[in-house]
Amino acid sequence: MSSELYNDGPVVHKPTFIDGTSVEIPELKILKQDGSTYEGAELPDMDESLAIKTYKTLAFHRVLDERMVASQRQGRLSFYMAALGEEAASVGGAAGLKPQDMIMSQYREQGALMFRGFSLENFMNQMFSNEKDLGKGRQMPIHYGSSELNYMTISSPLGTQIPQATGYAYGQKLQGLDEVTLCYFGEGAASEGDFHAGLNMAAVHEAPVIFFCRNNGYAISTPSDEQFKGNGIASRGVGYGIKTLRIDGNDILAVIKATQIARKYALAENAPVLIEAMSYRLGAHSTSDDPSGYRTREEEAKWQANDPILRMKNWLLAQNWWDEDQEVALFEKLREKVLAAVKVSEKISKPHIDTLISDVYDEPSIQLKAQLEQVKAHVNKYPEAYPFTAGKF
Amino acid sequence: MAKMNMLQAINNALDIAMGEDDNTLCFGEDVGHFGGVFRATSGLQDKYGKSRCFNTPLVEQGIIGFANGLAAQGSRPIAEIQFADYIFPAFDQIVNEAAKFRYRSGNEFDVGKLTIRSPYGGGIAGGLYHSQSPEAYFAHTPGLKVVIPRNPYQAKGLLLASIRDDNPVIFFEPKRLYRSSVGEVPEEDYQLPIGKAEVVQTGSDITLLAWGAQMEVLQKAADLAANDGVSCEVIDLRSILPWDIETIANSVVKTGRLLVSQEAPLTAGFASEIAATIQEECFLHLESPIERVCGLDTPYPLALEKEYVSDHLKIYEAIKRSINY
Repeated sequence: MSSELYNDGPVVHKPTFIDGTSVEIPELKILKQDGSTYEGAELPDMDESLAIKTYKTLAFHRVLDERMVASQRQGRLSFYMAALGEEAASVGGAAGLKPQDMIMSQYREQGALMFRGFSLENFMNQMFSNEKDLGKGRQMPIHYGSSELNYMTISSPLGTQIPQATGYAYGQKLQGLDEVTLCYFGEGAASEGDFHAGLNMAAVHEAPVIFFCRNNGYAISTPSDEQFKGNGIASRGVGYGIKTLRIDGNDILAVIKATQIARKYALAENAPVLIEAMSYRLGAHSTSDDPSGYRTREEEAKWQANDPILRMKNWLLAQNWWDEDQEVALFEKLREKVLAAVKVSEKISKPHIDTLISDVYDEPSIQLKAQLEQVKAHVNKYPEAYPFTAGKF
Repeated sequence: MAKMNMLQAINNALDIAMGEDDNTLCFGEDVGHFGGVFRATSGLQDKYGKSRCFNTPLVEQGIIGFANGLAAQGSRPIAEIQFADYIFPAFDQIVNEAAKFRYRSGNEFDVGKLTIRSPYGGGIAGGLYHSQSPEAYFAHTPGLKVVIPRNPYQAKGLLLASIRDDNPVIFFEPKRLYRSSVGEVPEEDYQLPIGKAEVVQTGSDITLLAWGAQMEVLQKAADLAANDGVSCEVIDLRSILPWDIETIANSVVKTGRLLVSQEAPLTAGFASEIAATIQEECFLHLESPIERVCGLDTPYPLALEKEYVSDHLKIYEAIKRSINY
């Protein structure tokens, strides 16, 4: 316990400003777009099978996003959020962790859940909010979660998961578990008060949590230069006393390497790590958004040339772990599977009317039970107005 | 049995909870070595260590966010918000996160092990920001439980029940009574039920209902009315959410009259919810309009606190209005 301020800076006798440029932030890059690696680059701990699993997850991610955006346009799905161009951040994050580590996401990190093995059917059932959805049809599409896979259910409010991740990791530490928590958020959400709360508390309480910022340049339509004036999000880590890495977010090897290193450090030192992954949201914010109103085709084209999936494919080809025939077959099979799964899930019934009141509490209160009975009587009186539930209870 | 004030009873409950489960933690601003600004967590850091009872940075949204994460992980956090007036930065973490955690995940995850303790209420010359009674904001949020004790015995039994309840509970402590309310409290472990009101005095002419520190005021008014020959049934609601409609309705069916008193402002206070429900449940039994004796619809004042509060005289007058309607 001490109130002494650590200061190893020089003493001056005239006012001398400091600013963000006082800290030079290096950016980790391992893999070039052509599939070769930078000279002297330290590769992540990854064998062929992990590499192939990672690539297949990236491919699945891209196909699912394409198909679901199309389904939304056809009016089959109410809403969707794609992660086009930044899939490496979520898939690589999960690939750098152990299965027992908790992942707490913002919303555009379905890739991490795919890596953990969430089935296509589970994704579909959530998006179509049917009775087989683990979330019981209560949240808008893409709000996935799985206790079994240690992937915390998404909530729409931005940044709320950040201090929660600190608390979760503190509990893991207290119980002496070989576990960390990884917390995703965007550079926009880092403006929320919860970001400050979560990072400061993690540093003070020495929680083994990895804060993973996906800096994709945009918060819906707001570009990052209208979000903050400092040197990205990484510069803030320094202020909180948190070990920080900035990486190329479209470089799958850099993402995995950074996550592996962060995990090791967080566990060994009981301390948080901040990773800022620089990327670009090539698609719209959501299916309700149209980026042509706030950015240019030229800007997008520049980033299209940085495709993280193509970059990984080029690397796999160079390793002789993959070939073009496998590529064609994989994408073809994935498209077929996704289309078939849409057709099945959209026909599954909506959740039972009793799920209106379950899980508000561990047990429904007397008042909730009475309210449910009133609704049921009403549905029975006007069955044609309530086709999802009429005649089904 | 031992004589304890409310702080000692709360401290004793926290001690029992931390003693029985290594995953139970107490934290908040100044909660650690100092034992909290009111000393409710006194001695707990010495006994259970700095990793389980500690100071947090000054950030209410962080304290509750951190507590939500701990509870989701399987620990049992007891988070202190130093004054209920300062709970609002944590409103999002309570209302959008804690309250909806189980529902939104389809029971994949929950924060049922979370308890939030916070001193509330006036009568300590605290002015706007050390006097508020914010229970109604939280009563409007499905998924939370809201509990308020009236004396040391109730505080210990209800706090232990709140800590062990498998739902997030906000436990508001009437700070005016922290040291002034003293009573016999069993030293051993016991629990009192959440969601059950308690009839503390039976009567036949009118039902008087309140919670927390307002119970003392209510009893004073009931004693004044007794001198006039009016028999008051006095009830402590204890749980604001969920609340015990049955006990209140049964009493009103018997007495035909209801008065509800709260420290918080009149408009959209919890007394209003009670009045609406009871007129529905007991319409044909009511002999007079339901009386609400509450704070004014102003911020909590300082110099004119006496005029503002719903004191025993205002309640006494309302009893007479109701009886003579």
